[in-house]
Amino acid sequence: MDRKVIFKGRALPALLLLPQLAVTLVFFIWPAAMAVWQSLLQQDAFGLSTEFVGLENFADVVADPAWRGAAANTAVFASSVAMLALGVALFLAVQADKAIRGQRFYRTMLIWPYAVAPAISAVLWLFLFHPNIGLIGRALNAAGVMWDYQLNGGQAMLLVVIASAWKQVSYNFIFFLAGLQSIPKSVLEAAAIDGARPLRRFWTVVFPLLSPTTFFLLVVNLVYAFFDTFGVIHALTKGGPGKATETLIYKVYVDGVDNLNLGSSAAQSVLLMVFVIALTVVQFRFIERRVHY
Amino acid sequence: MATLNLSAVTKSFGATTVLHGIDLNVADGEMIVIVGASGCGKSTLLRIVAGLETPTTGHVAIGGREVTRLEPADRDIAMVFQNYALYPHMTVAQNMAYGLKIRGTPKEEIARRVDETAGLLGIGPLLGRKPRELSGGQRQRVAMGRAIIREPKLFLFDEPLSNLDAKLRVQMRGEIRRLQQRLGVTSLYVTHDQVEAMTLGDRLVVMHRGRAAQVASPMEVWARPADTYVAGFIGSPAMNLLAGTLAEDGAAVQLRAGPLLRFTDGPRAGGEGRPLTIGIRPEHMLRDGDAIVTVALDLVEPLGSETVLHGTLASGEVLTARLPGMVPAVGSNMPLAIPAEALHVFDAETGRRLDA
Repeated sequence: MDRKVIFKGRALPALLLLPQLAVTLVFFIWPAAMAVWQSLLQQDAFGLSTEFVGLENFADVVADPAWRGAAANTAVFASSVAMLALGVALFLAVQADKAIRGQRFYRTMLIWPYAVAPAISAVLWLFLFHPNIGLIGRALNAAGVMWDYQLNGGQAMLLVVIASAWKQVSYNFIFFLAGLQSIPKSVLEAAAIDGARPLRRFWTVVFPLLSPTTFFLLVVNLVYAFFDTFGVIHALTKGGPGKATETLIYKVYVDGVDNLNLGSSAAQSVLLMVFVIALTVVQFRFIERRVHY
Repeated sequence: MATLNLSAVTKSFGATTVLHGIDLNVADGEMIVIVGASGCGKSTLLRIVAGLETPTTGHVAIGGREVTRLEPADRDIAMVFQNYALYPHMTVAQNMAYGLKIRGTPKEEIARRVDETAGLLGIGPLLGRKPRELSGGQRQRVAMGRAIIREPKLFLFDEPLSNLDAKLRVQMRGEIRRLQQRLGVTSLYVTHDQVEAMTLGDRLVVMHRGRAAQVASPMEVWARPADTYVAGFIGSPAMNLLAGTLAEDGAAVQLRAGPLLRFTDGPRAGGEGRPLTIGIRPEHMLRDGDAIVTVALDLVEPLGSETVLHGTLASGEVLTARLPGMVPAVGSNMPLAIPAEALHVFDAETGRRLDA
């Protein structure tokens, strides 16, 4: 698709771009620049003196075992969320793609979780998994499973992964369903006539043809797990028990807001920013090469 | 290689019945062309044979084996789709090898057959390419290759040439016929193009509104159409259909357009005044003869060696004629003769052919 509008002169296009540029500048570029600047400074706890320290904050952060722990948590958390959200969404999309009764209802219901705010979704999961008041939490304890995510770090991680993935399933579902529906029916019929059973058809034809979608979603899900899950973690576990569910983004908050270590917090967020920029670049590079038609 | 038998196959989608009991017996190695206008049920019939649809009632047997309820995979058939349906993420070689791989054919055997088939179709240099890097004609060949490499019992073609340009279509038509005759595989070919139907088929099935209007050889269909639908569908330009009534104790027809024509092949049954539809092919019209009608010309199409005339008779009926040589301009009246020996006689109510 190549639709270009040719403007005479530069004033009008510049004017049309201005609102968007202003928003980007004020809400994205400026805070990001402030974060970068802040990451090069060190303040005392009362904010009375500020000193330029160069890259010292970064060196401290990377050497800090607490940050490394958070990085490890994030790796586990983000990959689990992405895998779970992608897997469940793909399964549901494949089911919804079949001609079934009430498919519109079914599809609509699956899209709803996306409209739920992170904190609300966290509360929903809390009502399910709280050891004392949660339906499933109580059932688990009654069944003899020692379930208390407030004490058990592994269980806490499991809970935030499930709650975070649940919200992302809807988004993935829409993309997977669209991807599935764009696969020509005759291609699947050709595979059926070639002798491939449904499962084989899925892995040799459907899944490869979905790979651009899958890859796109993988990156989106990783970015989501890195940044947008703060609300879920904050409402469910606050990074605990101990630091079992403290991810990098949560640590940025704890160090900056609770511990008032602004330099370190800024350095951490700059590191995160660099990571996501890298991820996005990789995505754009790959996606162009791997689209099949 | 196998026979194909359809018996009383019907198909309904909800309240709509698209196939009303199709019977068809295809001999080993025969090429059957199913032809009809869009919506006549021809593609549905093909998909039922393929196993992509299940008939509502009736039976399908391939090589004497009942396959009505079997999956496509268990029928040992191959199909060429209208949009080719190549696997976009696989190379040409992988596309062709896919079916063999699923059947667990050894690697060396697959490689040998891919080379052989590619040679047969002249697509050897394309084996490493993806479908999106191929032209329409090349994709068509790959789709053919994917079908023949498996050496199936039955070939199914679903309008395989309709996405090609006119010149390529003629060329591929010839190639498909040669290939089919060489391999001797029983084939079912669906098309809406009557030229394809006439040139490709050992026999034609002319479908109309979910029924087989006529099953016969192409020449038979052309020379003795079973009803007015077939008469109008096969042949280009379409056969003229004129109203008339039986006269002279069944020995002649009184056309509404004027002339009385005596049947040259014997009298028809029925009483005086029985309503008839008389068919006459445009190319059988003459400049001169006994039964003259006057045509008010409204369109003249010169084709070089011959001219196609369209006009209206005094009775208000339209008439088309194909005459050799030059013809007067539009707007003039022209006398044309209807030769009695070239008539097709149909019952006006049922549309069925009436023989002497």
